[in-house]
Amino acid sequence: MHWSTIIYCGIITYLTRFSTIFLLKEDILNDKTKKILSYVPSAIFPAIIFPPIFLDSAGSLDIDNNPKILAALFAIIIGFFSRSIIATIFAGLISYWFLIFVYYQ
Amino acid sequence: MNDRLKTLSRGIIDVSPLMIPVVPFGIIYGVIGMELGLSAYMTFGMSIIIFGGASQIVLLQLFSGGASSLVTITSVGAVNSRHLLYGAVFSEYLSHLKLTWKIILSYVLIDQAFAVSNTYFKKNKNNTFKHYHLLGAGFTCWTIWQISTILGIVLGSVVPEELGLSFTISLTFVALLINDFRKFKNIIVMLVSGIVATIGYNTIPFQAYIIVAAIAALLVATLLTLITLKKN
Repeated sequence: MHWSTIIYCGIITYLTRFSTIFLLKEDILNDKTKKILSYVPSAIFPAIIFPPIFLDSAGSLDIDNNPKILAALFAIIIGFFSRSIIATIFAGLISYWFLIFVYYQ
Repeated sequence: MNDRLKTLSRGIIDVSPLMIPVVPFGIIYGVIGMELGLSAYMTFGMSIIIFGGASQIVLLQLFSGGASSLVTITSVGAVNSRHLLYGAVFSEYLSHLKLTWKIILSYVLIDQAFAVSNTYFKKNKNNTFKHYHLLGAGFTCWTIWQISTILGIVLGSVVPEELGLSFTISLTFVALLINDFRKFKNIIVMLVSGIVATIGYNTIPFQAYIIVAAIAALLVATLLTLITLKKN
């Protein structure tokens, strides 16, 4: 990792926050654009979530007896009902630890 | 107490409950940074320079996969594109401010601060000092994020790798989506993104799978939006 990469990422992060506050004099993004932008988290986060869960370290699909899939499903169920960020993370982590240290031992 | 201070402290109080999950998130980030072999300065420097949990974790994940700088920077840009929406929503309330204020407030315009200040702005349109709410909320997030990053850096040298803490990256992003699990169209967009990324992980060159998956999923989101608008 180079400092330059970090600095460029910092600049681009800052610009996405600054640009619309600075450029827009009033609300010029139309409702359609806003609606589509509201899908951005749903469109990006699963691309970060799925590969490390479904692929093994060699990069091939790993579906049988994969504790990460089960733990992630459990986290999703808890998240769906509790709508709590912290409960979701801990439900996933604790069930993952249970699977790797107790169930699969 | 004058109005500025009152609004500032309102911002601090409003954002405080949202800081509870930020602490473990910051610690996880610090621990993973150290586990990947970054220096403590670099791990902490990222928290100051970038100041965005999702961006920093994506940066770490792509770094560990050996992605090029260009792909890394583009992916971070994609993750951040949601901030365009925040600025667009806030421009209505902040467009009258001096440039200095806009420069400062942009630095702390993160998910949690946006969420609470947006609610406050809607209810207090006539408060001349309403931007102090965002200042209070934003810098509370900033302080908590820096402290928890340091905690993570310290713990990173102690936490054993067997605990599989890197799995918490996935869990953290799952947690950031909980409000969308009840929306059918969002679920479709999520599945498109996840499946394209999983298939593309090995087939798409330069670790560009996040960008490709995001574009594919946003195209589906656009189609879904257009179809719904036509129906109404």
